[in-house]
Amino acid sequence: MSIYPYVVAAWLLGAGLWGVMSSRNYVHLIICLTVMQASTYVLLLSVGYVSHGKAPIFADIPTNSVVVDPVVQALSLTDVVVEATIVALLLALVVQANKRFNTVDPDAMTRMRE
Amino acid sequence: MTRGRRAVAIVGVVLLAGGLAWGASGLYDFGHYHALYGKIVARDAVPDRSATNSVVVTAFDYRAFDTLGEEFILFVAVVGVAVLLRRLRGESGRDEDEVAEEDRRASESTRWIGMALVGPLVVLTAYIVVHGHLTPGGGFQGGVILMGAVAFVAVGGESLVLLHLRRTSSWVEMSESAGAAGFAMLGFGGLIGAGAFFQNFIANGTSGLLTGGFIPLANIAVGLEVGGALMMVISEFFDQRLHGQAT
Amino acid sequence: MSQLAPLAVAVPLLGAALLIFFHALMPRIAAELIALAVATASLVMTLLLLIHVGHGLTVYWFGGWHPRHGVAIGINFAVTAVGAGLATFVTLLMVLALVYSVRYLDVRQPYYQVLMLTFMAGMVGFCLSGDLFNMFVMFELMSVSAVALVGYKIGEGAALEGGLNFAVINTIGAFLFLLGIAIIYAHTGALNLAQMGAALRHSGDDRAVVVAFTLLIGALLIKAAVVPFHFWLADAYAVALTPVCLLLAGAMSELGIYGVGQVWFTAFAGALGSHVHVVRAILVGAGLLTALWGAGMAMTEDHLKRLLAFVTISFVGVFLVGVGLLTEDGVAGTAVYVLADGFGKALLFACVGIVQHRLGKVGQHRLHGRGRRLVATGLLVTAGGLLVASIPPFGPFLGKSMIDDAAIKVGYGFVPPLVALTSALCGAAVLRAAARVFRGWGAVPRDPPDEADEDTEPETIEPHDRTPATMFVPAFALLAGAVATGVWSGLPDLAATAAHRFADFAGYHAAVFRTPRHLGPVSSGSPEWFDYLYGSGATVLAVALAGLGLWGERLLPGWRRVSTAATALIRPVRDLHTGKIGDYTAALTLGVGILGVLLTVSLA
Repeated sequence: MSIYPYVVAAWLLGAGLWGVMSSRNYVHLIICLTVMQASTYVLLLSVGYVSHGKAPIFADIPTNSVVVDPVVQALSLTDVVVEATIVALLLALVVQANKRFNTVDPDAMTRMRE
Repeated sequence: MTRGRRAVAIVGVVLLAGGLAWGASGLYDFGHYHALYGKIVARDAVPDRSATNSVVVTAFDYRAFDTLGEEFILFVAVVGVAVLLRRLRGESGRDEDEVAEEDRRASESTRWIGMALVGPLVVLTAYIVVHGHLTPGGGFQGGVILMGAVAFVAVGGESLVLLHLRRTSSWVEMSESAGAAGFAMLGFGGLIGAGAFFQNFIANGTSGLLTGGFIPLANIAVGLEVGGALMMVISEFFDQRLHGQAT
Repeated sequence: MSQLAPLAVAVPLLGAALLIFFHALMPRIAAELIALAVATASLVMTLLLLIHVGHGLTVYWFGGWHPRHGVAIGINFAVTAVGAGLATFVTLLMVLALVYSVRYLDVRQPYYQVLMLTFMAGMVGFCLSGDLFNMFVMFELMSVSAVALVGYKIGEGAALEGGLNFAVINTIGAFLFLLGIAIIYAHTGALNLAQMGAALRHSGDDRAVVVAFTLLIGALLIKAAVVPFHFWLADAYAVALTPVCLLLAGAMSELGIYGVGQVWFTAFAGALGSHVHVVRAILVGAGLLTALWGAGMAMTEDHLKRLLAFVTISFVGVFLVGVGLLTEDGVAGTAVYVLADGFGKALLFACVGIVQHRLGKVGQHRLHGRGRRLVATGLLVTAGGLLVASIPPFGPFLGKSMIDDAAIKVGYGFVPPLVALTSALCGAAVLRAAARVFRGWGAVPRDPPDEADEDTEPETIEPHDRTPATMFVPAFALLAGAVATGVWSGLPDLAATAAHRFADFAGYHAAVFRTPRHLGPVSSGSPEWFDYLYGSGATVLAVALAGLGLWGERLLPGWRRVSTAATALIRPVRDLHTGKIGDYTAALTLGVGILGVLLTVSLA
């Protein structure tokens, strides 16, 4: 249990990267990027965890209770929504690429010469 | 996947993911976070701002400049989507009636539930946004819920309503940019009113909603922006049904 | 006065938001003028900030949140002369790029102007920031704006492909950066660079530190396009709008290298300082590899923008060599070189944009001889090519000789000849292209190697038979800048003083948390005789190689065999640039993995 979350984060990173490299569909590739994104959140939030700590919202717990780290939560909070919009941007590129190339296969899309 | 790529990929993933796991395992055990930064924030957020959600106080007050940056990343991503999905001259389109016909095939019950849920979702958004500094929530989350309302409308088969709304008035773009500009202006307000950019220039209240200085205002600005932005994104993608034929 | 730092970032952002708010009411020219005004305001602010900072370090705490109990709870901007100088350079390039885009660029306003302003805001914020997560946010802001700008020409398949490759690689880089931040935050409890550096000084080099360093540096090198993370750059530059290329080449790649220096000197020098030789060897090695790779590829490219992209990659390699020496002198030399060379590369892109506007193509062989009427542009490109070859006594030469001297001081005597070789190759590629396009010299090959132009849409609107002043004036201004940086005699000393402060690891924490200690001005040496030798030698070699490339078959009997052998040598390298995102990602993954292994093994 002591380093398990870090291993999970590493596994997500690896799985996401493998997905990007082996993908035959650009939409699938972008979802693999989302998987990699999840690994960053898992790592951030797990380094901030305090055993038996509560959520750092003091609405109904006393202000001197043991809570987890609010800073990493603040970092992840904004990041999740922002990354979702970046995924939208990438998908817009894919939509247009599909219109030009008639395919979403990354390997078939290449028009670049070396 | 070519053999070359596969070989490189296997080695690379093992090194990178394995390296990450190996390196992170050199940190303290899970659950033993002990740095002062988190402790100081958790201890001081409530007295500093009379607001109980220390995460929101961190994001919108201590580290407000980061949130400004993040908010503008979102803004730019949405402008980017509008730019990348723009209509080019000479692109052929589908007839609106065709699309409306397709939409009508969605079941009646889906349509009614979709439309009926819009109202409650808007109220929920307002609640979450305005109470962000007290309970879990805030502008970002509220904006996403608002997008959910839009998604319900679209799933229910009324996507053309969305498109008409988007094209006849620019209030979606205006709300989005008003949110972004509003948040930036709060920063300037801090500079002018209290001497440092993003310094909280509104006094803390004593209880309830009117605490936290400018944090509720910041939440509203962000909520407007995120909601408007995501609405724009969804409507741009749906717009592709009208002129998104592969050439 | 220190309020100029946040304003330089916030004003463009506010301007961008307001441009969208009022966009229905705005004719094109209004949006362009407003964007130009905002960019100029930022330029003035960063310039004033640079003058205000001087030798010192200006710290600005956002929200008035000063540190408590030695822990920084807010975000700060920690501005040194290097950071402010780079920010000023970025805003200057943006002003010139916006002038270049006025009226003739075929873009949809105000979206284009909004994207440019946020791009600038992100870059300026990155240069001025003193907080690692804030640097990440600015990095993302830059990247997202750049993605939209690179993929702008949605009518061209190549543009979409370039945009997608760029977007995916940069996104992966951003994730690696964030992972590095998570680990180093866990290890030191700080996001503030100064606090992190102080904490790391006591911690030594255990594995979390090494892995965090690998991830952070890896992400920054991806942004800078160092080999093997560079594949996206050639694709992206080939298809982006010209003013965007101007900015990407002149500013964005350099920011990755600046980030490497910033992260090292403020944070990691404490923990890994005893192993500086190892880190230096790795960075300089990567830099030299990049420089040679870029130069070699530039010589074989037909597409003018891709050629310049590889020249950019080659220069990034030299910048990495300069900063990777991890000494003040290296940083000073890189600062001068970045300035001079940024002007030079922007100049070349501006000229290629003019060619594209007048002639509608960007392939050397298709354009062969058709540029004869573009006399001024031809002269500008030739001047640019000579500057690239580091002709003494101008800016690029000065910067390069400072880097060479810094390298010799730490015992890396093999650096100057290699760097000279890369300058020569890059200069030759540019000069040869200029001769082909503008004079029609050289034989038209029977079977042109690559057809670069199938569907390049014109970027500009009619008329195509004259070059508007808004395109020429920035080009001349850029040339003036490149020349001036060599001729301005005070620049090396200023750079040396700025670098002294930038590298002052021991004093950084005190400066941010208490008061900056005073560091006096430092003077820099001037180029030695062998620097002049290398500089002139590189220029002569560049001209010679260009000439051989054009007429080699007629002049030397054995030339055909030599050039075929050289082409065969570079073919495997060329084949690596497949254009497929899967291959690029694989190279990236392996590269970061190997970087990690090298650092771990040598720091053990």
